[in-house]
Amino acid sequence: MTTTRRSVLTLRTLALAYVLGLVAVPILVILFRTFEPGLAVFIESIRTPAAIAALNLSVLIVAIVVPLNVVFGVVTAIALARWRLPGKGLIQAVVDLPFAVSPIVVGVSLIMLWGASGWFGGLQSSTGIRVIFGLPGMVIATIFVTLPFVVREVEPVLHEIGTEQEQAAATLGASGWQTFWRITVPAIRWGLTYGVVLTVARALGEFGAVIMVSSGFPGVSQTLTLLVHSRYIDDHNTYGAYAAATLLMGLALGTLLLMTLLDRKRSPR
Amino acid sequence: MSTTTRPREDVVQTSSSPPRPAGSPPTREGGRLRPATGRAIGVGVVGLWLSLIVLLPLAALTVRSLDEGLAGFWDAVTAPVALAAIGTTLVVSAVVALLNAVMGTLVAWVLVRDEFPGKRWVNALIDLPFALPTIVASIVLLALYGPSSPVGLQLNATRLGLVVALAFVTLPFVVRSVQPVLLELDREVEEAAASLGASNGATFRRVVLPTLAPAVISGTGLAFARAVGEYGSVVLIGGNIPRETQVVSQYIQQQIEIDRPVNAAAVSVALLGISFLTLFLLRLWGSRAQRREERSS
Repeated sequence: MTTTRRSVLTLRTLALAYVLGLVAVPILVILFRTFEPGLAVFIESIRTPAAIAALNLSVLIVAIVVPLNVVFGVVTAIALARWRLPGKGLIQAVVDLPFAVSPIVVGVSLIMLWGASGWFGGLQSSTGIRVIFGLPGMVIATIFVTLPFVVREVEPVLHEIGTEQEQAAATLGASGWQTFWRITVPAIRWGLTYGVVLTVARALGEFGAVIMVSSGFPGVSQTLTLLVHSRYIDDHNTYGAYAAATLLMGLALGTLLLMTLLDRKRSPR
Repeated sequence: MSTTTRPREDVVQTSSSPPRPAGSPPTREGGRLRPATGRAIGVGVVGLWLSLIVLLPLAALTVRSLDEGLAGFWDAVTAPVALAAIGTTLVVSAVVALLNAVMGTLVAWVLVRDEFPGKRWVNALIDLPFALPTIVASIVLLALYGPSSPVGLQLNATRLGLVVALAFVTLPFVVRSVQPVLLELDREVEEAAASLGASNGATFRRVVLPTLAPAVISGTGLAFARAVGEYGSVVLIGGNIPRETQVVSQYIQQQIEIDRPVNAAAVSVALLGISFLTLFLLRLWGSRAQRREERSS
């Protein structure tokens, strides 16, 4: 299209104003508000016992969710890419389902299944394990929302590498396990790592699904995202909320950076 | 398994035998576990995992929503406040989707066709809303557009506030789906149209837009689907005022809080229905567009 200098400038200005007004300026404002009183105040705000407990809980949830997602995600990806199964389309649809479900609906569904009056409500009275309003509920909610990531990153890699190397290994006498560890795992490692990074980012940032199944007690069952919410809403501690949000933002930026670097590794072409 | 030296049939993709379980990565070494058994275990584990995490909760939700019969379900979904929340959600999401369609395409255009200092940074900014936790998005927008706004813009507890929050979290959808198409777009066709005397508007409408349309529509649809179910980013800036700024997800959360689980389940099922319908129509439309393209080429 032949575009005049003026129309190019107009379009550029509009686009930049939109992106900057929507994303950049609000982030700069919150950074300014956070660090305006000085770094010491910020550090103090994120080192209160409740904040440390929240960070620990968030990390604990990540530490439980990631291994589970890696194991089950890789098995699911292999099943989808390698095995001839009836109803594969159905499995594909179920794997993608969590992307289409609102976080709040995830929370409500888990309450209907695991809650005291839910289908598995008997578990609590018979074993004393509290799923809803306890750590298991928050873990299950996080697994639900992060379930697709590992599968969706590993499955295409498995398709791409094909089966030739695996066949060759088998021909040379490798057992199934040996083929898996020496051929398949090295081939999928970057895809898998990318899936894990996505899982970590989402697990740290999940809010809606987790708040529904958490009792939300400060220092006990608050994750970092719940801490931001409760500081703003319950404590009217706006600065504290800004500081906690800035901490979360730092973690998110770290993962974004990691993703950009991994993306290059993952697809060297 | 007596011979591991033989090529394993399970990895031969060309054979057309019916589903035949055979050795697979998760089988035990030494051959004590037959390949068929290993694969059966694998399938069982996957099925059980997906059922336990995804299917059973959604099944429990659906059954629970019908606890008081179809009439109860209908009453819960058509309660005035519930209907108002659904209406607000649909209207605001539609506005956000349209905003994305126009501004997202414009941003993608500028990022591909224009050159200016700092373009890489702007490009990097686009991904930020996906990386940021939704509650952070909420706080971030409140810092600029909330009660203590440094620019005097007060969008707290208004529908415009909802639009801004949802526009923030859905920003990448259209931009990132249109960008690659624009990069591939053959500029010669545009130049040809221009040299044949087509105006800018005509070139855009007749040449550029038809090529971009599938990407714009798919990005817009995904943005709509995301906006409909969004909770974290609107929870602080939305105000949660029933019949005004309360969105469906907030209504559902409130019903759980006041111990009306059947209402919450029913409206959740309705919300699920809206999301699924959106994504289904999008997929249907996408495959039809693809077929049309295949036929024309």
